[in-house]
This record gives sequence, C-alpha cells and structure tokens, in this order.
Amino acid sequence: MNLSDLVFIVTALITVTAAVGVVGFKNIVHSALSLVLSFLGVAALYFQLQAGFLGLVQILVYAGAVSVLIIFAIMLVMDKDPDESNRSHAKQKYWGGLIALLVTLGLGAAIGSTIWPQSSGSLPEDSVGALATLLLGDYVVAFEVAALLLLVAVVGAIILAKGAGEHD
Amino acid sequence: MIDLTAYLLLGTVLFGIGVYGVLSKRNAVGVLMSVELMLNAVNINFIAVNKFVASSQVIGQLFAIFIIVVAAAEVAVGLALILAIFRQKKSVDLNDFNLLKW
Amino acid sequence: MLSDYSTIGIFLMLTLAFPLAAMGMAWAVRPKPKCKPDDEKLLPYECGVDTIGRTWSRFKVNYFLYALVFLAFDVETIFLFPWAVKFSQLGLFAFVEMLLFIGILLIGLWYAWKEGALEWH
Repeated sequence: MNLSDLVFIVTALITVTAAVGVVGFKNIVHSALSLVLSFLGVAALYFQLQAGFLGLVQILVYAGAVSVLIIFAIMLVMDKDPDESNRSHAKQKYWGGLIALLVTLGLGAAIGSTIWPQSSGSLPEDSVGALATLLLGDYVVAFEVAALLLLVAVVGAIILAKGAGEHD
Repeated sequence: MIDLTAYLLLGTVLFGIGVYGVLSKRNAVGVLMSVELMLNAVNINFIAVNKFVASSQVIGQLFAIFIIVVAAAEVAVGLALILAIFRQKKSVDLNDFNLLKW
Repeated sequence: MLSDYSTIGIFLMLTLAFPLAAMGMAWAVRPKPKCKPDDEKLLPYECGVDTIGRTWSRFKVNYFLYALVFLAFDVETIFLFPWAVKFSQLGLFAFVEMLLFIGILLIGLWYAWKEGALEWH
C-alpha cells in the first residue's frame, strides 16, 4: 500500500463516518455540522481525483453556502427540545434501513461484477481552461439556463420564505 | 491500488446512507440533508468515471458542476418551502405535513 | 499525482497541529486547582447577566434571505472563475454570454432588494 492509497482510505473513512453521523445524530445541529465534515471529505476526494477545481467548488458552494443556508433554516424552525430534533420514524426506520441496504448491496454487486473500460489518456493539463471552453462553447445554453434556474430559485425562495401575506 | 471500483463503491455507500436518511428521518430538514448526501455520491461517481474511463475531456466534471448548481437551487427552494410550511403548521415533523392526505 | 496537493496537505496538518499545540501548552503550564471549582466560580463573569429564556430561540427570517442571496452569487463565482482564467482566448462572444449571465442573476438581486430582503428591521 502506498501513500495515495492510504490517503484515499483515510478520507473515505472520514466521509462515510460523517455521513453516518448526519443520519445518526439525534440533535439536528450536530447532523448539520457532520454534514459539513462530509462535504469537506468529498472535496478531498475530488482533489485526489485530480479535479482540483471541483474540490474548490465543493468547499465554496457546499461547505460554504449550502451548509450556512441549512444551519440558518434550522435556527428558524426550531421550537422543541434540540436533543429530540432529528428523530427517526419508529417503524419506517427498519423499512428504510432494509431498502437502503438492498440498494447499496445491489449497486455494489453491479459495480463489482462490471468490467470497466480503462482509458489510456490522462486528464487535460489545464482542466479549468477546458471547462471554460466547454461551458462557453458547446454547453452555453445549459450555462444560461443555469442562470435562469438560479434566478427563479432565488425569487421563489424569497416569496416562500417571506410569506405571501406579509407584504407591507 | 485504488481504482475506479473503490470510488464507485464509496459513492454507493454514501448514496445508501442518504437513502436511509430520506426514508427514516422525521425532520424535514434532516431529509433535505440526506438528499444532499445522495447528490454528493452522484458527483463522486461522475468525477471518478471522468478520470478513469473518459479522461480525454472534462465532461464529467462539467456535469458535476451543473449538478452542484441544481442542488444549490434545490436546497434554497426546499428550505424555503419548509419555512413556509413551518409558518402554517408550527412544525417540521413530516408526520404533521398531512394537508394532502385523506 | 499526490505531489501537486501535498503542499496543501502539509499546510492542513500544520494548521491542525498549531492550535492543538497552543492549547496543550496552555494546559501544561496553567495552575492546576486542588479541588473542583465551586458554584461561586462557575457563575457568569461579573459583568454578565443571567440569561433569560432558552438559548434555542427562533431567529429572524432575514438571516435566511441573506444566506439565499449569498448562495446565488456564490454559485455565480464557480462560473466566473473558469471564464476569467480563459478570458483572453474566449473572445467577445463569451464576454457577452457572461454579461447576460450576470444580468440574469442581478435581476434576482434587484428582486431581493425590492422585497426588502436586505433590510434589517
């Protein structure tokens, strides 16, 4: 085992442990903080996959903005005992666990039994530049639609969060 | 040696944890956080396949960027919906979201 | 493969080690009390007041609206950055596309402004 394998195993363990924490903690604030750790672990995996820009985006958007939004939303909706705020359904817990286990095992078996084609080349040296060329070239429509989606999401979320009846 | 299979299995495990959270949590915010975990698992798959299978271009990374954008929009609207429902029902427990049940 | 980012890894370990070392040093040299601190010592510091109500109170919705606008422009940066890197090769068409992109998002900011999401009453 060389160093990069060891780094992968450590980051994978941190990521999975943090993800278990997200569904396992009884206090939803602890779940949210665990989610941030999981996002950071995924960002480290992106760095190992030579997708440095995606790692930065992961830290910037997920660990930065999305988690802030989630924590603010938790602050806004809490009204009961924090230690009871992220409970599971009594009965659905077992069904959910069973279905999740089946999904994981089925996908894992499918992945294990597939022979993956291996590419001989390596990623472009300047992957950010390659991304820019694709983004503003072939995928420019998707790029502008993404802007529209964000606009609609922001406007809709403001309307929903402020409440329709509270105009003054 | 760590290869594609290891990354895909890691993505699968994360996805499974997300599925469990979505199906079992009672807090709507907890469900949304589990959805974020599932989206992250999908992104790991895209980037790993990009590197190991089709590495001449960065289409997988591009797709992951669009997934991140859509996930950001999703979490914004989802949380705003939860806030709006909380204002009506004074609860974020999914068992109380029963307006459309009969 | 790892060498490109090993600098970041070393930096990360240093930043983790530094606060631990600082706190460990403080723990090592501080005077150790003989007995457990009594109630008097655990009271809020003399200029503080006892807290009223629960710490777990609800906050204003403005926090959420600010975070929402922040999220939108945070996502914008992930498109702006590659464009800025390749700006000189991409040319005028890409510039117009990016202006359109920023313009669309600015409508969102204008709406948030109009709705008073950025005001703090």
